[in-house]
Amino acid sequence: MAESSIFNEMYVTHGGVRTHYGRFEDWLAGQSDDLMRLKRTEADQVFRRVGITFAVYGDGAGTERLIPFDVIPRIIPQPEWRFLEAGLRQRVRALNHFLRDVYHEQDFLRAGKLPIEQILRNSQYRPEMRGIDVASDIYAHIAGIDIVRAGAGDYYVLEDNLRVPSGVSYMLENRRMMMRLFPELFVRNRVAPVEHYPDLLLENLRSVAPQGVDDPTVVLLTPGMYNSAYFEHTFLAQQMGIELVEGKDLFVQDNAVYMRTTRGPLRVDVIYRRVDDDFLDPTAFRPESTLGVSGLLDVYRSGRVTLANAIGTGIADDKSIYPYVPDMIEFYLREKPILANVPTYRCRERDELHYTLEHLSELVVKEVHNAGGYGMLVGPASTRQEIEEFRVRLIAHPDNYIAQPTLALSTCPTYVEAGIAPRHIDLRPYVLSGKDVTMVPGGLTRVALREGSLVVNSSQGGGTKDTWVLEE
Amino acid sequence: MLSRTADHLFWMARYIERAENTARMLDVTFTTSLLPQSTLQAERGWRAMLGISELQPSYDVVHAEMSALAVLDFMVRDPDNPSSIYACLQAARENARAVRGSLTTDLWETHNDTWLQLQSQLRDGLLERDPKSFFEWVKFRSHLSRGVTIGTMLKDEAFYFARLGTFLERADNTARILDVKFQELGDTPAPTPAPAQTQIQIQAQGAAKTQRAGTEPTESPHYLDYYYWAAVLRSVSAFEIYRRVYRDVITPLRVAELLILRRDMPRSLAASVLEVFDNLEQVKNDRSGETARRAGLLGAELQFGRIEDLVAQGLHAFLTSFLERVNDIGQRISQDFLVPLETPG
Repeated sequence: MAESSIFNEMYVTHGGVRTHYGRFEDWLAGQSDDLMRLKRTEADQVFRRVGITFAVYGDGAGTERLIPFDVIPRIIPQPEWRFLEAGLRQRVRALNHFLRDVYHEQDFLRAGKLPIEQILRNSQYRPEMRGIDVASDIYAHIAGIDIVRAGAGDYYVLEDNLRVPSGVSYMLENRRMMMRLFPELFVRNRVAPVEHYPDLLLENLRSVAPQGVDDPTVVLLTPGMYNSAYFEHTFLAQQMGIELVEGKDLFVQDNAVYMRTTRGPLRVDVIYRRVDDDFLDPTAFRPESTLGVSGLLDVYRSGRVTLANAIGTGIADDKSIYPYVPDMIEFYLREKPILANVPTYRCRERDELHYTLEHLSELVVKEVHNAGGYGMLVGPASTRQEIEEFRVRLIAHPDNYIAQPTLALSTCPTYVEAGIAPRHIDLRPYVLSGKDVTMVPGGLTRVALREGSLVVNSSQGGGTKDTWVLEE
Repeated sequence: MLSRTADHLFWMARYIERAENTARMLDVTFTTSLLPQSTLQAERGWRAMLGISELQPSYDVVHAEMSALAVLDFMVRDPDNPSSIYACLQAARENARAVRGSLTTDLWETHNDTWLQLQSQLRDGLLERDPKSFFEWVKFRSHLSRGVTIGTMLKDEAFYFARLGTFLERADNTARILDVKFQELGDTPAPTPAPAQTQIQIQAQGAAKTQRAGTEPTESPHYLDYYYWAAVLRSVSAFEIYRRVYRDVITPLRVAELLILRRDMPRSLAASVLEVFDNLEQVKNDRSGETARRAGLLGAELQFGRIEDLVAQGLHAFLTSFLERVNDIGQRISQDFLVPLETPG
């Protein structure tokens, strides 16, 4: 991929600075290398002292790492954000319609838009949810939609995260850090604030309480301190002023959920759960799970507690379902999709598998149920041997894979060992659905720190940046 | 509040307090070990310190000999010794991390920073270079954590459970610091040793048997006693207080009175137990009445007790029974508040 064909967020191809980066670039040019180095060290120290770390799996229990933070912000001009916001709102609304439909009438399937066995045979489909009504018909209360910019600057949705999307605490902490390190930047640039996200989230969670509950008790359910996102769980619980509970703090009695307090049991109405479906209720799902609450599913099914997100949302963010999202938008909302999907080859289809196998060295192939950048092949960045090994797996289980062209993800200037260099980035805005659909401007920008790498996941060595939407 | 949260807060405070007191105990033993004395006498000091924390057996597993360096290593940086300063500060930080949402940012950062600093202190060899500075550092981190607790936390259940942990641990630890010497001196009226204590006494006697007759005086010279008690007083920051209160020479009995019965002495048993009682009152629920009664009774006995009566009972016997009662109150607090209540009502 030629460097010049890649969209750079800050510079146009032949040297000039994009207008919305003008003031930042001016400022950056006036900063000495030493000062910037000092500031970056300070950021690291503060993140460590504050304990903004994530646990690394398979690296010994309790290993904590910092997510690298880059001080050059990703800036989005206001008109682009307005476009993105409208597209996100539309997409998440359609996804919630689809989820309700899939667990009720299944109109979408009966209209022949999606082969029914693709749903029924999908491990993310939860038959337990068939015919169950959830509060306000909302399933994906919190959605993290991954967006990339490619080619000449067009935005694409790369994937929808509707189960337990994480990372929002980094969005908030990155902003806090930038304001601490460089307050003068916020005087020069009108950066739309994001700090009210926890307020929006709390309001959203309260709005989906079971019927008849006026003043709901909301809790955040965490798998515990060895989970990679534990910092985020404590952070959000604290910011919202709600209890952070583990499965063992909750119990079910008389068809209601209670938490164990120093003054006896207290009824719980809304559970913002950061535990996967499989682990939520050992009597209904994985029996060996110690993270969940026995009997929770029954209480949930009878509408006496709200789970956010709902059980079974994985069926809508599965990579094998992703290609159908634009159809969902047209089907449920009767609107043209605002945000485009990345063209996707479904390896379960004979022809598309054939094409994929022929073009492995050009494509990105992903396992449909996996997340976090695990189990994928980035063709152009792989050795012959890696490709051939992957080919064997793909032929053995074509249903498990989709393929997409390797997008020339846009880049943003980023501090690396040798100075400032372009690195590929993506964007994850967080969309909240309750009585209304709300979001804060921007989201989390992730950056692949290795030169040429397209994998931005923190589990794979990615970093983050503050994301600015400029107000006009 | 969640029972689990209360439990973490309680133990967070206990562990930081324990780290502080371990530093204090090490400090006093280290200081007295610098006095002119025989090797065996110095060894006896280290041995007594391990004995009072009931750590002699686990020490013997990892170290063949008794030496200042080995004990310091075991009590400061051995991660497998649950009472080492390293293990205590790590446990305090892990407990804080488990409930960081219930702490003020300042308090969480204090614990986290203590833990980070500890690792660089140990790496840089501060302990070996300058043990007293290291102990000072531990004490000041504990002061800081307590100060940040008082200065930033809302006075709600979270605060009171943390305070409960602090004072329960302190009552236990001050009693142990005192008992090091009283156990060694033995009591005039022979006490019936409690089962838990028997083993320690046997070991203490066993240690004594290894001394060769004739080379080792059975009684320490008088001036050693002075330095010992002065070091005990310094270890609980009470040397100047002693002088102010008594304006007289240092005697073991007065030291005992000051550290057991004086409510205005912040690290005394009386002060600690009465604080336990006050904090229990703040969090009481419908099953904690008996626990509060026992804490109140113990507090009243200390508040209105006389040192002459304790001496008649035997100070070692008194301290042994005191430790048992504090332990009982700790277990009852766990049952009343911290162990999840299984069923409603």
